[in-house]
Amino acid sequence: MGYLLGIMTLICCNIIVVIGLSLLTGFTGIFSFGHAAYMAIGAYSAAILTTKLGVPFVLALIVAVMIAALAGRLIGIPTLKLVGDYFAIAMLGLGETVRLLLDNGGKLTGGARGFGNIPGKTAFPIAFVIMVFSVIVMRNIIGSRYGRCFLAIREDELAAECCGIDTYGLKKTSLTISAAFGGLGGALFAHYITYIQPIMFDMAKSTEIAAAVVFGGLGSLSGSIIASIILIGIPEVLRPLYQWRLVFYGLLLVGTIVLRPQGLMGGREFTIQGLKNAAQWVQEKIPGRGKGEKR
Amino acid sequence: MIKFIQQLINGTSIGFVYALIAIGYSLIYSILSFSNFAHSTFIIAGAYTGFFLLTAVSLPLPFSLLGAIVGGILIAVFAEKVAYRPIRERGNPTLYFIIASMGMSIFGENIVIATIGPKFRSYPPILSVTAYQIGGISISVLDIMAAVVGSIFLLMLMYVVNKTRQGMAIRAAAFDLETVGLMGVNTNQLISLVFLVAGALAGLAGFFLGMKYTVFPQLGNLTMKAYVAAVFGGLGSLPGAVIGSVFLGIIETIIAGYFSSTLRDIFVFALLILVLLVRPSGLMGAKREDKV
Repeated sequence: MGYLLGIMTLICCNIIVVIGLSLLTGFTGIFSFGHAAYMAIGAYSAAILTTKLGVPFVLALIVAVMIAALAGRLIGIPTLKLVGDYFAIAMLGLGETVRLLLDNGGKLTGGARGFGNIPGKTAFPIAFVIMVFSVIVMRNIIGSRYGRCFLAIREDELAAECCGIDTYGLKKTSLTISAAFGGLGGALFAHYITYIQPIMFDMAKSTEIAAAVVFGGLGSLSGSIIASIILIGIPEVLRPLYQWRLVFYGLLLVGTIVLRPQGLMGGREFTIQGLKNAAQWVQEKIPGRGKGEKR
Repeated sequence: MIKFIQQLINGTSIGFVYALIAIGYSLIYSILSFSNFAHSTFIIAGAYTGFFLLTAVSLPLPFSLLGAIVGGILIAVFAEKVAYRPIRERGNPTLYFIIASMGMSIFGENIVIATIGPKFRSYPPILSVTAYQIGGISISVLDIMAAVVGSIFLLMLMYVVNKTRQGMAIRAAAFDLETVGLMGVNTNQLISLVFLVAGALAGLAGFFLGMKYTVFPQLGNLTMKAYVAAVFGGLGSLPGAVIGSVFLGIIETIIAGYFSSTLRDIFVFALLILVLLVRPSGLMGAKREDKV
């Protein structure tokens, strides 16, 4: 039971990070392959605050989120001026640079050996409540005027700009919010696992986060959540095949993009009404062959 | 002074290997306007094919080298056919190409770990031990071979691109792929050709990297540096890729020689970000404007 709760806690931490990237990639159309960096920033700042400075857990969480958001903002100012895949590349470089800096951080970060003795404050109920809260906040952001502006930028940046949307400013906002969620997930993760190492936030982690967003469907919040449950849950069950995990993620990324680029949810959200419609659709289609996806 | 010249030579030699990789990045970028991160997979394919031909089959060196090139080509053309062509035919945004190429690079690295194993394997010592001494400076036979073979391939490529019909098609496609298709060039075939060339150079580079260091699944990560070199020289520009690679090779070796090797890796990424901020088109890249 403890083991199961552990996995569920881990899933909650990851959902927070994944919906953060979902806002950036799925809703604003900016791809990042270094999102584990923000998770690392959140994890390390929270860990240093609680372990070395004795700050209470909740306060440390808030400060860690603010630090991660600030980092996202500062990184966004120069990099978001880059067009197209240059931004993805800059993020890739950033992810590696943050990891290398943590590796060489001396006493403060513990270097490559890692940072231990973090108080295990993230119990499942806490993680779950924070996760649900984050999802609600994210849903409201996406439903707000900001969210519609993000979508406009994703669909056509030039047209969005012509409509009077401050695309550069809003892209920065999107990255800041996204980094804040990453930092929150990281901080919770650090206080669950109680021992962090720079290698935990490497390319593989960034890949895992990005794979969840792409697999769940770009532009679908519930898709991201379902995908993170599947992607974190399945490898835990299949521990003996652990080294095949990344093979699977790689294949999943390529396969999703090539065969079903709209992902699991295809830009739609999971609703009860949608479930009913799907059931009805399946019933109608049972005698004949389905036409494939409707979009 | 002697130390400095030694570093210069070491840097140039690694720069040549980077150039072989960077050219592949640039070539694909110039046609399809995306950064093909799956290039690392082509490198690994070349390095491991060469390794197994040398050890398990014990073929002589030239044939193993050829085998490595074929290995790189096969993977490159396969990747293009299976992953990039469907995306291209659907007309999806470049974002999808990047995601697919990233996925492939991760798949490639980890399928090697899962099947062949994560161990470091060293090439049989055919060449690398011997070194010429000239006035206190030592040059290994491997460095000379890498420079000579690398140059031959680069010159051949320059000839093909600048003098032949296919080369003209490639240059035209770099200008506007769609129009080239309208002018009666078979674009699918042309793109396969580009991937073939990129794969061949990557296979060759993988072989040299394997001889210089060892073969291991993360060998492909070295392509990150070649990628930085390609960006630095200007993505899409072939001479730029070569100049950027040699420059990066030299700077990197000097930093590692006089300061530390951790600083070297941070420097490479810092350079990448700096170039992207100050001059995203690189040294010789064409200024790219977003089309509507």
